[in-house]
Amino acid sequence: MAGLTAVELSCGDMTVREINSTLRGLPDGTVVRISQPRGRHNLAVGISGRLDITIAGNAGYFIGGLCDGPDITVAGFVGWSVGENLGSGTVRVQGNASECVGASARGGLIVIEGDASSRAGISLKGGSIAVAGDAGHMTGFMAQAGTILVGGDAADSLGDSLYETIIYVGGKIRSLGSDARVEELTEADVARVSELASAAGFSHVSAENVTRVASAKSLYRFDALKDQRY
Amino acid sequence: MCGIVGIRLKNPGLFGDLGELVVPMLDVLAARGPDSTGVAIYCHDAPDGAIKYSLCAPGPNYDWPGYVASLEARAGVLPVEFRRRGRDAVIATPLGPATGPRLLQEIDPSVKVFGFGTAIEVYKDVGPAAEVCERYGIQAMAGYQAIGHTRMATESAVTIEHSHPFAVAADLALVHNGSFSNYATIRRRLADDGVRFDTDNDSEVAARYIAGLMASGADTDEALRNTLKVFDGFFTLLLATEHSMAIVRDSFACKPMVVAETADYIAVASEYVALADLPDIEKAEVFEPMPEEIYTWQA
Repeated sequence: MAGLTAVELSCGDMTVREINSTLRGLPDGTVVRISQPRGRHNLAVGISGRLDITIAGNAGYFIGGLCDGPDITVAGFVGWSVGENLGSGTVRVQGNASECVGASARGGLIVIEGDASSRAGISLKGGSIAVAGDAGHMTGFMAQAGTILVGGDAADSLGDSLYETIIYVGGKIRSLGSDARVEELTEADVARVSELASAAGFSHVSAENVTRVASAKSLYRFDALKDQRY
Repeated sequence: MCGIVGIRLKNPGLFGDLGELVVPMLDVLAARGPDSTGVAIYCHDAPDGAIKYSLCAPGPNYDWPGYVASLEARAGVLPVEFRRRGRDAVIATPLGPATGPRLLQEIDPSVKVFGFGTAIEVYKDVGPAAEVCERYGIQAMAGYQAIGHTRMATESAVTIEHSHPFAVAADLALVHNGSFSNYATIRRRLADDGVRFDTDNDSEVAARYIAGLMASGADTDEALRNTLKVFDGFFTLLLATEHSMAIVRDSFACKPMVVAETADYIAVASEYVALADLPDIEKAEVFEPMPEEIYTWQA
């Protein structure tokens, strides 16, 4: 996106509410830098404009949550639930992320350039999550749709109670969760992983050599609703 | 909720600033725990051969000179150093940790021994962090390590005694975010073995359990590993000893923790906001510790 204008908003001068309300009033294409985030929660939440937002440092919980459009980059670490309920757009974290990356997200792309902690992609409903490093325990817990790519290792109980999300892991898997199983990689998978790795900017992931994890479908069945689509 | 913070300084040039560093950390987390606040400060400033005892007065304007006179009459020792801290006092005496705590308690049962050791000093009180830190002059304190707690009470009453840290053995202090579900059972078992409790607080049970293991020769890793096996519930624990600081989170890991390390210090807190004012924090490696992993930092 070509930047129209550059706007600087400082957490030193403004409350989170003031920053988010200012962001909502900016025209598409605006380039915004949020300075001195100092671990603030809820920055850049609920933004639907096509903005290019950089958060210049370590930030708190729910960064970029409920967004539907902007491209957000965090130059640092984030707390819990980055990109929670994301609709569209991107959230890129250049450091490590705490728990629940992309919880319940419905679309868009969330990229963690460092490691992600527990429950990344919990209840994911669409879109993609790409973690360059390792992912913590219960990654993909009860995830319903979309894709999760872990470039490094996955900790215990990967994909516990999975629905239709597919998880790809470049490194080792410490253990699988209930009803998650390793499946053979297809050409379609390789294409999907290549595309996602490329969008995330991961050169260290070899799409042919990832492990595909999906639901064994022994815990969830929609037989009673077989005439319904889901 | 509750908030917990810890900082272990690697750079002796910062020892004089310990209070200045830790007070804002606690203040920021007052929103997670406004009921009471406590801090254990580690500083090697006790006179040679003396143990520091952190004593809590039963009320304002306590007769500390009278207490010191009773100590002399009873034990035949004068404190080698007496420091007034707000309502409370720190007394440094040659009384050893095996007999000292009980003796100091017996002189006046309304005086509480909140901590003892060659390095540790413990200050805790009801109220939000800014007020409590001001009351005891925490900001001006020097040292090499501190752990602290802002409490939102869940399992037991809001009193001074129920506040964290629980410093139940020499130079050992524990703070806890979360709640244990099986602590009453463990407490009965420890009580059967002769362990005495000051409160009905769940976190004190963990502190006494850990202290018991370490008295039998366990190191912090081993003690925390056993705690993980024996205690059920939600917890992020921060344990400090004279030479180490350690954290552990339960298998669900639903109580948060953030770790930041620079060349000058290791700092931990429930939320990153508590670390945001630390020097050169933007250069730190920041991460969330894994569940059921024990992270120990020692000299």
